Amino acid sequence: MNLHSPRIELRTSPHVVKGLSVERIMFNVVLALLPIAAFSIWQYGLSALALLLTVIATCLLSERLFNYWSGEPNTLSDWSAAITGLLLALTLPPSFPLWMAAVAGCVAIALGKAMFGGIGHNVFNPALVGRAFVQAAFPVSISTWAPAYASHRFTEFIPTTLTLPLMTPADIGPWAKQALDGFTGATPLARWKFEHVATAPYDLLTGAATASAGETSAILILLCGAYLAACRFMDWRIPVAVLGSAALIAWLFQLWNPVRFPDPSFVLLSGGLMLGAVFMATDMATSPVTPKGVWIYGAVIGVVTVMIRYFGGLTEGVMYAILIGNALAPLIDQYCQPKVFGSAGRKT
Amino acid sequence: MNIFSFIKRKTFARGVHPAGNKSTAGMPIRRLPFAPRMTLPLAQHIGKPAVPTVSAGQEVVRGQLIARADGFMSVPLHASVDGVVEAIELRPSARGPWAESIVIRTYEASTQAVRWGQPRDMDTLAPEEIIRAVQATGMVGLGGAAFPSHVKLTVPKDRPIHTLVVNGCECEPYLTCDHRMMMEMTDAMLTGIRYAMRAVGTPRAVIGVEDNKPDAVEAIRAKLPADGSIAVVAVETKYPQGAEKMLIKSALGLDVPAGGLPSQIGVVVNNVGTLAMLGRLLPAGQGLTERVVTVTGPGIDRPGDYWVPIGTPMRHVLEWAGAKAVTEREIILGGPMMGQAVASLDVPVTKGVSGILVFDRRDIEAEDQRRAYPCIKCGECVNACPMGLNPSMLGMLAASREYDSMAASYHLGDCFECGCCTYVCPSHIPLVQQFRVAKGILREKAA
Repeated sequence: MNLHSPRIELRTSPHVVKGLSVERIMFNVVLALLPIAAFSIWQYGLSALALLLTVIATCLLSERLFNYWSGEPNTLSDWSAAITGLLLALTLPPSFPLWMAAVAGCVAIALGKAMFGGIGHNVFNPALVGRAFVQAAFPVSISTWAPAYASHRFTEFIPTTLTLPLMTPADIGPWAKQALDGFTGATPLARWKFEHVATAPYDLLTGAATASAGETSAILILLCGAYLAACRFMDWRIPVAVLGSAALIAWLFQLWNPVRFPDPSFVLLSGGLMLGAVFMATDMATSPVTPKGVWIYGAVIGVVTVMIRYFGGLTEGVMYAILIGNALAPLIDQYCQPKVFGSAGRKT
Repeated sequence: MNIFSFIKRKTFARGVHPAGNKSTAGMPIRRLPFAPRMTLPLAQHIGKPAVPTVSAGQEVVRGQLIARADGFMSVPLHASVDGVVEAIELRPSARGPWAESIVIRTYEASTQAVRWGQPRDMDTLAPEEIIRAVQATGMVGLGGAAFPSHVKLTVPKDRPIHTLVVNGCECEPYLTCDHRMMMEMTDAMLTGIRYAMRAVGTPRAVIGVEDNKPDAVEAIRAKLPADGSIAVVAVETKYPQGAEKMLIKSALGLDVPAGGLPSQIGVVVNNVGTLAMLGRLLPAGQGLTERVVTVTGPGIDRPGDYWVPIGTPMRHVLEWAGAKAVTEREIILGGPMMGQAVASLDVPVTKGVSGILVFDRRDIEAEDQRRAYPCIKCGECVNACPMGLNPSMLGMLAASREYDSMAASYHLGDCFECGCCTYVCPSHIPLVQQFRVAKGILREKAA
């Protein structure tokens, strides 16, 4: 034993840590998204697989490129770019042309993340920035839907998938009709809005309805979200606030006019609300940190989603609702600072 | 007993749950042999340093007064061994700068029994006399704060005290010295509690013990007085349960006003170890010459709780507790959450040292390899801060050096540096460290 010349480390307290890390949180989000991605591949086959791979690859490449340009260390290992890629791919229609998907991935990282200074600094959810961009740039392709469970989905691509860069995709109609009898090419939300037909809740729960690649099965999304919440890698209050407020306001509308407005369950299960509430609104960097703020933020997203769906020109409003929520998050935090212990009698 | 007590445990909001690592809890307290040389710094407490009453070359007896208190905010110092004063000079101290200390060379025949003392009948003393007697023992808060105990027991006349809260939480991981004292010195502790109750003039005392020490709760409960004046409550095992304001919240359900003292709401808090030692020292009229120290950590072969004479050099303690043969290590005085790393093994054990932790190089290495990220606003720190602050925001302000705004708008002054925020941060941001720097800069500005 050498106690006469030990090299002693000097550190400041605390000398122990919990061992939580950004990498671990982000990796678990990736894990939780994998079953949803797998289910979308099962439903849409090769096209969904190609879409996922393309978007994730462009996101990772863009991230690496910005690392290189800014002289920062490699940040791919924190998994956050992979999450952006996965989430973005899951919000796109399965028939989305791959070159457009690559544009979306690039924009998501460039405008959504790198421009603000990388992980933690972004104001908006990068995946939604990418999606908002392609929604404006390619309005036709982003609202063209392909049928799930097409018979040859594992052997052939949906025709639009392989459109050449800068080319307009072909019409998907004839192929879709041949692939699945009676396919209308409209999402449940569009059918409700324009045809006044509400899809059965069972189809929405299990993913038998037309939708974006990862928005189909509400049950699967909830299960994956429950895993994250149980491991405390996700703030459970946000999806509860989003879904709760959306359900509440939809219920009020239905009370007021049951003919015009659909059942709250339809609002909850259709479109991207479930995926948005569980995986997008909960993005840590773009949501509030204060306990009270989190509830307000979630409620804003829920209410705005329903308002856009009912009264806006678009069939779906989750994306814009979350982007609005992201923009409001710092302001919400400002007004919801936690109450200091013992400050009940103190003037602030 | 409430049937919901299992579900709704007595506790405070937020906080963290670090691994306990209290492997030494079941081992009786052992004695260390005297070190050949003792170093007793004159400033082992918060307040003015003691004034030496001995000079170099003078022989002293264990328990003898060797430095007197300098005014009210000061405590005296007693020799911890029989020996001869070698020098009164600057020696290494735990805080870093060398400090004026009395160095005593131990006589080989020195016995660990304390013969110096003036026994007295405590029951005849008035509260002011008890407080003077407490000061004469040289007692400070043994939980780590080292705040003079007699000052803590002196409450303003216009603040009637309704409850004495006795802090037996020991919420810091690894430490077990308070636990062992509650088990082995239960009677002395209850005696000390009664003295303290009389000193502050309260009929009621509540002992708060974390519920990971059920044996201590039982040991105390078995000896409680029949009149019900002293009670013991089990509080949730959660860090920082042992912080004054947290324990008052858990045990009594009362909030100490932010920026205020417990006496404002009629409460005085004292550590169990402090009161147990007072229960032993006051009737015997002796001074504080030794304390119980938990020596543990992955770098220690024979961990345990030891009676360590005040002034024993760290090197001596580590040799006897079997520090493992590694050349790189971290040595911490106190617990791992709030303790202080020391730079030299010549630093002595002082009155406020509750534990000596030794971490190996390999325990530290993992921490070095962690990568720091920007704040991802996960909110873990906000959910951990027991004071209800927003460490995430404070950290961002600290990074941009907006110290004034930290204090004015985000209550930096209410942070008591428990370290929960740094403990949970997944981005590995040294939050509490930044807050200490910010406080220091603000203090300098104000001065």
